[in-house]
Formats: sequence, structure tokens, C-alpha cells
Amino acid sequence: MQSLKTLSRYLMAFTLGAMVLSVASCAAKNEKTIVVASTTSTQDSGLFDYLLPIIKERTGITVKVIAQGTGQALDTARRGDADVVLVHARSEELKFLSAGESLKRYPVMYNDFVLIGPKSDPAGIAGLKKIDQALQAITAKGATFISRGDRSGTHLAELNLWKTAGVDIDQAKGHWYQSIGQGMGAALNAASASNAYVLSDRATWIHFKNKGELRVLVEGDTRLFNQYGVMLVSPERHSNVKKVLGQAFIDYLISPEGQADISRYRVEDQQLFYPDANDPNA
Amino acid sequence: MSVRMLESDLPICFSQVGIVSGGVTILNDVSLTFLGGAPTVLIGPNGSGKTTLLKAAMGLLPLARGRITWAGQEVSAPARRAIMFQHPAMLRRSAAGNIRYALSAAGAVRAELERRTDELLTLVGLESLGARPARRLSGGEQQRLSLARALARDPAVLFLDEPTASLDPAATKAIEDVVRSISARSIKVIMATHDLGEARRLAGEVVLLHRGAVIESGSAERFFAAPATEEAKRFLAGELLI
Amino acid sequence: MQENVSALQLVLTGDPALFAIVRLSLTVSLSATFIAALIGVPLGSLIALTRFRGREPVIVVLNALMGLPPVVAGLAVYLMLSRSGPLGRWGLLFTPLAMVVAQTVLVTPIIAALTRQTIEDLWLEYRDELAAMNVGPLRRVRTLIWDARFSLLTALLAGFGRAAAEVGAIIIVGGNIQGFTRTMTTSIALETSKGNLPLAIGLGIVLVSIVILVSALAWGARRAAERFAG
Repeated sequence: MQSLKTLSRYLMAFTLGAMVLSVASCAAKNEKTIVVASTTSTQDSGLFDYLLPIIKERTGITVKVIAQGTGQALDTARRGDADVVLVHARSEELKFLSAGESLKRYPVMYNDFVLIGPKSDPAGIAGLKKIDQALQAITAKGATFISRGDRSGTHLAELNLWKTAGVDIDQAKGHWYQSIGQGMGAALNAASASNAYVLSDRATWIHFKNKGELRVLVEGDTRLFNQYGVMLVSPERHSNVKKVLGQAFIDYLISPEGQADISRYRVEDQQLFYPDANDPNA
Repeated sequence: MSVRMLESDLPICFSQVGIVSGGVTILNDVSLTFLGGAPTVLIGPNGSGKTTLLKAAMGLLPLARGRITWAGQEVSAPARRAIMFQHPAMLRRSAAGNIRYALSAAGAVRAELERRTDELLTLVGLESLGARPARRLSGGEQQRLSLARALARDPAVLFLDEPTASLDPAATKAIEDVVRSISARSIKVIMATHDLGEARRLAGEVVLLHRGAVIESGSAERFFAAPATEEAKRFLAGELLI
Repeated sequence: MQENVSALQLVLTGDPALFAIVRLSLTVSLSATFIAALIGVPLGSLIALTRFRGREPVIVVLNALMGLPPVVAGLAVYLMLSRSGPLGRWGLLFTPLAMVVAQTVLVTPIIAALTRQTIEDLWLEYRDELAAMNVGPLRRVRTLIWDARFSLLTALLAGFGRAAAEVGAIIIVGGNIQGFTRTMTTSIALETSKGNLPLAIGLGIVLVSIVILVSALAWGARRAAERFAG
């Protein structure tokens, strides 16, 4: 009995020791890896699940994606915890650039936003071609609207659209405007649960499994286009940045093969991302 | 167990000892000497300080006043003394495990542990209960085990605090027999009891305590035949000493 | 991991991606609990058995830290391990090791506080006897820990349960990177936010099963204690 107890104790200690070592060795492994800070909407769209194996094949680089809100992603890059940042908030990206956190911004692709709402459509905006009219109608009706409220690219785009609609959202918002401080999926969940309006990127919407009574009500307005930019974190700011691998990643994205791969990504037969690395205005 | 003549802690001398706990004076100006020989029995009402005196004689308590010496030494590690508490704590092991622990703590050689454990179990009548978890022994069995643990230390002086308090008459007799046989091997027994009958049966010397002070002490024969003090007379007559 | 396949199918067919996630979760939480025990048991015993100035406040703080919010622990470790932080040069952020560190921070107070309580209670019981047997301080500690081993095991299981169930700390320091730092709890958070509820529920069932298993082990430990040691 005693020896059995001793044996099992040694076994446990050995197993745990092995586990600790394997965990530690993960950290020490010297693969070709980079850390890319990107957004939850991009992750939720499934683009990375599709693209990362392709990148590994083409460049041999293992890409580790940290998916956060745009604000948090840029913050992670500022702290030097990422090598590359890929987000969709042009004004924030330019601020990042001018602060010297990166040396160059490359446009990559765009997707679009859609205005989602309940089938019952209390604000009566279904089929409208202009996003500003839709938002004005929602404000007038005081219909429940879910905002991500997390400084993400989507959130900043949403705020911009309210401005375009001439609605001072800080003034006008009442309890019908709910800022949840979370990602796109959570916002869609909240909208689904409370039959509310929400602005979402098309990619996440198509991928979303919990649609409930929600439908796409307004789409196609060019003001709903969502531009992505990719930047290498400045190696001058942070000496630990893997600049060669990071640049290789960027070079792939903007290369003809990379752009073609991006355009080939489909969910339910719909193309989600439109490559535009060569567009000087992007 | 061998006969002890040399290397003991006797005499144990209390010199105006005072012990205070939580602001209350438990022992007050106690001066006593414990010499080798027949058992010394402490008697007195509950709360008179018997337990405290035993613990102090064992060397477990800090003194507020006075001093205690063991064979002339003031500081003495309890290597040759052992105590059996009134409410013994059982280690979370088997009965035999408890005794083995006490033996090992007293420096017994590994090769000897089995043999001496069996010896001690048999001595206190627990030979059939060696494998049982000690905490599942009855009150009386636990007290006997506690005695075995104390004896495991091969003491020259053995303190017993109410050793038969929770035992039935048969078990009481068994323990008293053990005490007599221990005493016969020249181990000094100092025990506390509130059972006057037991005191009469076992004592060579008696100390009567009341409210932390020694009322009377001396040979048991003389004490029981002709107590000198008022309190002693009243106590022996069965009155409550307040 | 395929998403149109039902979660139950994944569990039953032993989908390798799911398996990898479960293995990572267990590795991280077990390692953290192990290290937390190495620190917490001696620490708790020390506090239980020694008298020092400020002992009471230390015990109060230690007990309070049992309820340390995981996100707070995660944030603190994140700030330490970030490249801009004091330990940045080790480059540990967004690795499983960072997750182990964060969970160790969470679990150590639990084990230390429960150890302290257990050892102190047992010490009160054993003190006179051990003193009477002239047992030295080092041996006292070993005896107390050994005799209390089943209660201490329960403390370890409580710590493990806490680690296995939390998401706030590891999602901040680990980054929930697919294939590297994605665990059961972070996967559930992710799949839920994607609206992929069947998969999230499937993972949840696996996680709860593990928690129940841990609870059963704790119960078994108590029963073993009763049988072997009374």
C-alpha cells in the first residue's frame, strides 16, 4: 500500500514536470513566427482561418493573430507586443503613423458594413439606399440601437456615420442607444436578443450563427465601405520587432498572389473582402 | 524497558513558582520538590491547577515568577520526561502509527520500531487495535494509547493527567496495574487525579492543591490517616472546596 | 475546427483540434496549480506556525486575495510581461507560459490561505502533544503537512478548479491565439461571441465534465481521509 502511494506520487510529479517543461519549451521554440495584432471583426469573419495556412505554405511564417478591438490592437502595437498591425480605422492608423509608431502604411483590402435590424423594422428603413437617412429614422423613432462602443474600427466608423447623418449622437442618445463595449459578435448577439438595430461588417454578419429575427436592411452605400491598412511596427521604437518576417508578411498581402487569395475567400458563396493594395486613395 | 538509576531529571524543584494565563493566576507561589521513589499524586478540586503544575513540571509552560530546576538545571529539554494529557490528541494515523511516531521522535532506531511498537501496544492492552485509525478508538482506548506514546519515550519521569478519568472500572484497573508496574521499575510517576480512591490506591506521596496553591503535601499514609490542614480535612470528608 | 459539425460529434470523434484545446487547458491549469502549491503550501504553513508583527493583516489580505478577480490578475501580469513592462525582454506575452504565470498568481493565494487555515487548526490540536514529544520545528511542519494531506489535497483541487474555470486572466495574457493559446474557456468565449452557440455549448460540456471530475476527486480524498486516518 505504501509503495503504491509512493509510486503514484512520483508518477504525478513526473507528469506535472513534463507538462511544465513542454509549456516552457513552447515559449522557447525558435520557429519563424510573428505576432499580428488585428481586430475581432476580421477574426470573426474567418479570414484568418482561411489565410494563415496559405501564408504558412507560401512564406513558411507561422502567424499568431491577437484579435482585439482596433484601439486595443494599436495599443498592443504601441507597447511593442506585436510585430504587425492590421486594422480598419484609417484615421487611427494615420495617427499611429504620424506618432512614429510605424514607418509606412499599406492599404490591403476593404469590406463593407451593413445595417442590420429586426424583421419588424420599427424605424421603417428597409431597402433605403442612403445610410444617413436610415440613421436619422432610427433616431427619430428612438428604436433600440446597439453600438460596440469599444474604440474599434467598426465603432469609429459607426460614430462617423452618425456624424454624416447630422446626428450628434452624444446629445441625441437616450436609453435606445446601448453601448456595450464589446466585439462584433457580442454586439450581434445583443441585437439578436433584443431585436435591435446594429451596424456590422458584412463578413462577421454572414458568419454569425445566431441571427434570430435579424436581417440586412441597408447596404451598398459607398460610405459603408471599410478600408483595411497594414503596418509594420517600427523596429526603431521596439528593437524586438521581427522586421524581416513582418515585412515578408506585408509583402505577401499586397502581392498579386496575396491579393488574389484574399479575393478568393468566400462564405456562403459571397466574397467578403475586396483587395485594393494598388489603390492610391485607400 | 530498562531500570533507570542515573541520568534522570530528578529532583524536580519548584521554587516560588507563579504561572499566569490570560490575566488569571493559575499557580501561586508554589514551592515543591519531586524526588524519586513511589508515585506522587496531585489531588484537589477542578481548576486547582493540577494540570498546569504537571505541564510546568514537564517544562512546557513559561513562568511568570520563580523557577523550576531539573536535577539542578534550569533549562532542560524533556528528553527523559514524558507526559500523558487529560485530553490526548491523536495523530491522524493508526494506533501503531502514533506509537511509532513517538518512538521516532524520541530517537529510536528504525530497526527497533516494529518490535518496540508491538511491545508498547501489548503493555497497554491495545495489541489487537494496532491498525485502527487512532481517532476512531474509544475514549478509554485513546487514553491507553496516549500512555503508550508517553512510555515510548523511555522516560525516567512520567506525568499522568487524570489517566483513568474516562475509563470504566475494568480499564481503570488495567491502567492502574500498568502504573504500578512502571513505578516498580523505578520510573517516577507523578499523576493528577480527582478520584480519591485512586489516590489512596496508588500514592506514595500526596500533594493537595487548591486555587493554585499547595495546601498540604507529604506521605500518603499520614495524609489520609491524619490530614493536618482544615481544607484537607474538609476535602477528604467529601466537601466542596470553593 | 469545422463549425457546421455538431459539438457532440467533435467530442465523440476526438477531433484533434478540440483535443489540442483540452490538452492545453489542462496543461496550463495543472502546471499553475502545481507551482502554486510549491509556493502556497510552505507559505501558508509558515504563516500558520509563526508569530510576527502584522500577522493578522497578512491573513486578512491573504484570505481576500482568494477572491482576486481573474481579469485584474491578468491585467497585472500583462503589464509585467508586455515588452514595455519590466519583464518585457523575456518575450513571454501571448504564450502558454504567460498563462501559467497568470493562473499561478490567481491560485497561490487560494492554496496558501486554505493551507494556513488547515495547518493552524491542526496545530492547535497537536501543539501540546508535539511539544511533549520534543519534536523540533522542522519535523513539526512535516508532520502537520503530512497529517493534513487530504485537506491540503482538497485545497489543491479547489485551486485547480478555479484555474480551469477562469477565462479573464488567460485571455488577456494569452491573446486567445488559435493553435497556441486557445483554451476551453477562451474558446467558449470566442465561439459565443461569434454566435456559434452549439460549439460553445459542446466545449462547455467538456469543461463542466472536468470540473465534476475534480469535484469527485475532492470527495474521494475526503473519504480516503476518513478511512485511512480517521
